[in-house]
Amino acid sequence: MSLLRVLRLSAFYGSFQALFDVSLEAAEGETIAVIGANGAGKTTCLRAIAGVLPVPAEAVRFAGDAVGGRPAHDLVARGVVMVPEGRRIFPSLTVEENLLVGAYRGRPGPWTLARVYDLFPVLAERRRQPGPNLSGGEQQMLAIGRGLMANPRLLLVDEISLGLAPIVVRGLYRVLRTIATEGTTTLVVDQDVSQIMELAQRVYCFRKGAVSLEGRPADLTRARLAAAYFGV
Amino acid sequence: MTVAWVDTILQGLLLGGLYALFATGLSLIFGVMRIVNLAHGDLSILAAFLAVVAVESLGLDPFVALVLVAPAMAALGYGLQTLVLNRLLGQGILPPILVTFGLSIIIQNGLLEIFSADSRRLNPGGIETASVALGGQLAIGWLPLITLGVAVAILVGLQGLIGRLSVGRAFRATSDDQETAELMGIDNRRLYGLAMALSLGIVAVAGVFLGIRTTFTFASGPDRLLFAFEAVIIGGLGSLWGTLVGGAVLGVAQTVGAKLSPGWGILTGHLVFLAVLLLRPQGLFAKARRMA
Repeated sequence: MSLLRVLRLSAFYGSFQALFDVSLEAAEGETIAVIGANGAGKTTCLRAIAGVLPVPAEAVRFAGDAVGGRPAHDLVARGVVMVPEGRRIFPSLTVEENLLVGAYRGRPGPWTLARVYDLFPVLAERRRQPGPNLSGGEQQMLAIGRGLMANPRLLLVDEISLGLAPIVVRGLYRVLRTIATEGTTTLVVDQDVSQIMELAQRVYCFRKGAVSLEGRPADLTRARLAAAYFGV
Repeated sequence: MTVAWVDTILQGLLLGGLYALFATGLSLIFGVMRIVNLAHGDLSILAAFLAVVAVESLGLDPFVALVLVAPAMAALGYGLQTLVLNRLLGQGILPPILVTFGLSIIIQNGLLEIFSADSRRLNPGGIETASVALGGQLAIGWLPLITLGVAVAILVGLQGLIGRLSVGRAFRATSDDQETAELMGIDNRRLYGLAMALSLGIVAVAGVFLGIRTTFTFASGPDRLLFAFEAVIIGGLGSLWGTLVGGAVLGVAQTVGAKLSPGWGILTGHLVFLAVLLLRPQGLFAKARRMA
């Protein structure tokens, strides 16, 4: 049975339709990649799953429950946690306080401050510093660590590599592999296809608000991927 | 002559303790939810009248009545926020201003209806006139001293809550970025309810101390709101200790003005406020985007 099931999801910003009948699912423990160009609807889909966008209840099912349109804090309590695009570190909080806010709901699970610091030693070194003092890559680590502190069953990571150097991105993908081995179901959004295809068990490509291609990375040729991505 | 001036400044500093009590709740609400509560002063007067009821019907000492009134006002704050003000979220800054302005009028007229236009006072049985001699003809009233002590204790407590407790981190995170705070599992509606409860619990203390210090009527609220605003702006928005300093600056300005000429007290306070607004509009202790 799938942990997450998105069924014929449509979403609107005012009168503008951003998603058209998107369906996707993730089994417990799976790592899913969502790729696509700017404006393809990847972030909108994640925001609908995380409870930021109002959508019909049946459009999103999590662990068997219809949760579409439930408030974000309720979804966090159920274990759906999103690492937002652009990191969104709380500027007036220190590194450690940012992590502790992630643990606000007190969900039990494997992730603690000590384990997050093991995963990201640089955060331990800078625990007393204000969040904005970190570099972009460190802020992404902090955002992921903050999400892990909520002990998610499903971790949504939006635009993981945006604006980061390739070497930093490789480090982040190593961390995602570690998280996946913990059994946490992850759904990662990236515009850069190279790394994510090695990580994910299945991939969904978005184009113009709809899923243009889905499958296992090994089954997808570059040509089909390019066609689904760019529409050529 | 100099002793008289030292005395004036001392009284002003102590008066600042009372103003800080009024200002703290206002500052907290603005810091967490960017709402200006125009009924803040009237709610403090409502608390003072509740204390009058407790004193007259139960025969309590006003300070003891506070043990009942502060939790009652906190509960009222939680209800007010979750049942009324939360409905205005996401509709811009104007609706909360209009609704709290309306609330201010409702409270004033409700108090007039129930308690008449007579001025009231809370009588704690002697302590309001007792003083401690400092030598050299200087004396400090016990009441202003206790007021300042309570204000400092509340600020220390609030600072600890905001700086160390999980709910305090949630206040700061929500103040920084409400949507991301929601994504971390923080229910902002409940959190706003807690902030308003805290704010009205503190303003209840302010109202009761005011009622012990001086007489008040149903219409005393707006002045309190104005002084609270001035203390917050002088101290710098979002800085708790700045609020105490802002209260002290305003208090000293008012007592010094009143010493120069009895009618100038309030005016001098306003002039100092305007001077700060002109010369240092961010306030004396403004910390950009920080609450604590």
